[in-house]
Amino acid sequence: MEGVGLLSTTSTLARVGAVGRHPGARRAGEAVVTLLGVSLFTFVLLRVVPGDQISAAYGTAAGDLSPAQLRALESYYGINEPLVSQYLGWLGGVLTGNLGVSTTSHLSVLSMTAQALPITIELAVLAIVIGVVLGVPGGMLAASRPGRARDQVSQLTSLVALSVPSFLLAAAVSSWLVDTIGWYPNGEGFRTLGEDLGLNLQQMLLPALVLGISIAPPILQTTRAAILTVRSEDYIRTARAKGVAGRRLQVRHILRNALIPVLTMSGLQFGFLLGGALVAEQIFAIPGIGRQVLLGLEQKEYAVVQSTVLVIAAMFVLVNLLTDVLYRLVDPRVRVE
Amino acid sequence: MSAQRRHGQRTIATGATAVAVTLLAAGLAGCGSGGGSAADPNGTLVFGISADPAQMVPWTATSTQSIQVLSQIYSPLLNTDAEGVPEAGLAELPKISDDGRTYTFTLRDGVTFSDGSALDSADVKSTYERIMDPASSASSASYFASVAEIKTPDPQTVEVILKQPDASFDSGLTAVNTAIVPSDADPKALETEPIGSGPYQFKSRTPNESITLTRNADYYAGKPGSAKVEFRVIPDEQSMVSSLKTGSVDVAIFDNPVTAKSATSGKTESTTVDSLSYHVLQLRATSPTLKDRNARLAIQCAVSREDVIDSAALGSGKPTGPITSPEFRSDADAQPCPEQDLAKAKDYLAKAGKPDGFELNLMTSQGLYSTAVDEAQNIQAQLGKVGIKVKVEALDSNAYVERWLASDFDAAIAMNGGSSDPNTMYGRYFTKAGSFNKVAGYSSPELDKLFADGIATTDVAARKPIYQEISQQLVDQAAWVWLFTPELYVVADKGVEGLEKRTDASISTLWKASVS
Repeated sequence: MEGVGLLSTTSTLARVGAVGRHPGARRAGEAVVTLLGVSLFTFVLLRVVPGDQISAAYGTAAGDLSPAQLRALESYYGINEPLVSQYLGWLGGVLTGNLGVSTTSHLSVLSMTAQALPITIELAVLAIVIGVVLGVPGGMLAASRPGRARDQVSQLTSLVALSVPSFLLAAAVSSWLVDTIGWYPNGEGFRTLGEDLGLNLQQMLLPALVLGISIAPPILQTTRAAILTVRSEDYIRTARAKGVAGRRLQVRHILRNALIPVLTMSGLQFGFLLGGALVAEQIFAIPGIGRQVLLGLEQKEYAVVQSTVLVIAAMFVLVNLLTDVLYRLVDPRVRVE
Repeated sequence: MSAQRRHGQRTIATGATAVAVTLLAAGLAGCGSGGGSAADPNGTLVFGISADPAQMVPWTATSTQSIQVLSQIYSPLLNTDAEGVPEAGLAELPKISDDGRTYTFTLRDGVTFSDGSALDSADVKSTYERIMDPASSASSASYFASVAEIKTPDPQTVEVILKQPDASFDSGLTAVNTAIVPSDADPKALETEPIGSGPYQFKSRTPNESITLTRNADYYAGKPGSAKVEFRVIPDEQSMVSSLKTGSVDVAIFDNPVTAKSATSGKTESTTVDSLSYHVLQLRATSPTLKDRNARLAIQCAVSREDVIDSAALGSGKPTGPITSPEFRSDADAQPCPEQDLAKAKDYLAKAGKPDGFELNLMTSQGLYSTAVDEAQNIQAQLGKVGIKVKVEALDSNAYVERWLASDFDAAIAMNGGSSDPNTMYGRYFTKAGSFNKVAGYSSPELDKLFADGIATTDVAARKPIYQEISQQLVDQAAWVWLFTPELYVVADKGVEGLEKRTDASISTLWKASVS
């Protein structure tokens, strides 16, 4: 009975308005609900952890503030209002394109994000390229002779790469470079692509490499598994029987089909990179969106953290959507659904 | 150094060539700046800071980074010498009336703000009155607690009249959070466009990345050594070390001796600087566990400060008594147990009626400074020798601050910034009406009277014995266990000249430094 009730509720929900009809509209509806959930979750978490903007900015000196001073500060930071109106006020701002203001730099979060986001996207793109370049051939290599030496070596390498924490790798790589060659482009002020292409790419290289190495193993594993699966499919046997062989078989029949799960995995990794490049951004002083969240958290900058996390979530949703679309393009069978 | 290295633009295909590119780029950078040694009047001094400054209006400044940046942009009425003692700044040292209540300051002639307007007594009065106004939530308001009235008989003269004598008053006027801002400045505008009379003026800021200042050629104390100062935000300690070693950052300050050592190379040198701050084991005498003085004394006797310094702080620091102000410094050994004395500690435990020891909660923080958790663990091990079972609670800095302010702890590891005036250091902790007395948990009528006597006269010779007595009472009561004054490490590129070594670890005289 319960199951039936649940089912009918779901289908009723699905029937409400146009939302349920068009798959695109349904996806949009889901995205909105997801983003609302993320924003509420972030808001609550920020309030639950100890401390507020006053204790973050003043430290123990906050105890020196008189009650009148405290009240003035609370209204300055907008934390004297009830939580519900704080949340709704912020949400209302976001809907009208106002992501709030940083209370340390006094710049709008929108303009800060507009600076930081392209940097993180660039880093994520470079990292995913490196991840794919290392992972896909690695997986192909491993799958070419399953269980043999080259398979075991590449699996072992990927296990090691997966196990080394990226902060350790980052520290090791950069201190090695500094001590042996005296090269550390990230010590210079950060340059964007437009400001100084050469220096920008040098500054991005190490963090992208570190991130790329950390996402290569899952891509390698997926590639390997997918190739092995595809190779045993009936249509490959059919193709072989029809005399297709060599490069044509490997590329057009096996690789193309195996790339579908690899694409999904890469999309997922890319989504993670947009929010998860935090460690690399922190260590290599890349002023991207991950560092914006981290420094915002340290200063308890509610507007900065809430809005930036929302932007990251929106990017993630968008990337998933794009992955789906690409997926449909690559694999015609999915389109039928 | 720091004519920025510019490499030619090149299109680099990423991907399979990544490794080759690393080597290529490294090769390019390898032939970076060589370096003559003559000071470059057009140079940029790059100062590495670990966090973006949190406040840009001087009277709200509390974070180290804010104070470092703002002390280049703004000038307070008085400065301090390398020992932290007040000296002339925007004004001469004040004439103090015989009753100790009227401070008369004569301002320097011809000082202007970076917007070109003249700095006069009206600016001083309006700045101080803003600080005293609760609506501005100034962190420096407590410095002005005894001020009754501020008069401006003429544009060059400021008279501050106190409600009662307060010998610590003028030391507060050396702090950057009492620096003078133009009377007509909108505080909201100052948050993004600071206007001061310091050695440098604000040029630009990229949040979480850098703040750039340019030389104020009209600075009243002399011509600043570098044309520009850039404060570059590098949160990761290892990156800071790398940046120093490769010469892209000129100066950075570390509190961790190991990090400082790793940053020292053929290109950089490290200078050890004392500081007025002190590390302390705070015992909250009002907590049930510690209300018996004997229990606190047992802890004092069981702790070896040298051991804390050697193990937790890696040898970096000197044992200290309560007062670190150079003119009033406490004798570090004038306390019940100058050295660890386990037998005596056990005697005190017996006197407290707990011969087998007791359980103690000790709070410490993970984010506030590098050695805090290690200090707590070292003390845990030491106290364990006499049966005091310490439970260490390592909290993140926000949680720590919240619990500390709520006085919700038995004992806490803390690092307090000291002051050149002992009343500023301890008046708020150990007088009954002090704003932190609830946190400190200890006060007495004798101490209240001593603190009142200590600021009733401005005669240093007369004040000294009073603070000696205060210091003695604090250690005899084991109000806290004072551990050590830490050392800081200023690591600078060898091309930096004129960097002043100061006991207060302040960089207010950074303007004297130049780069080559």
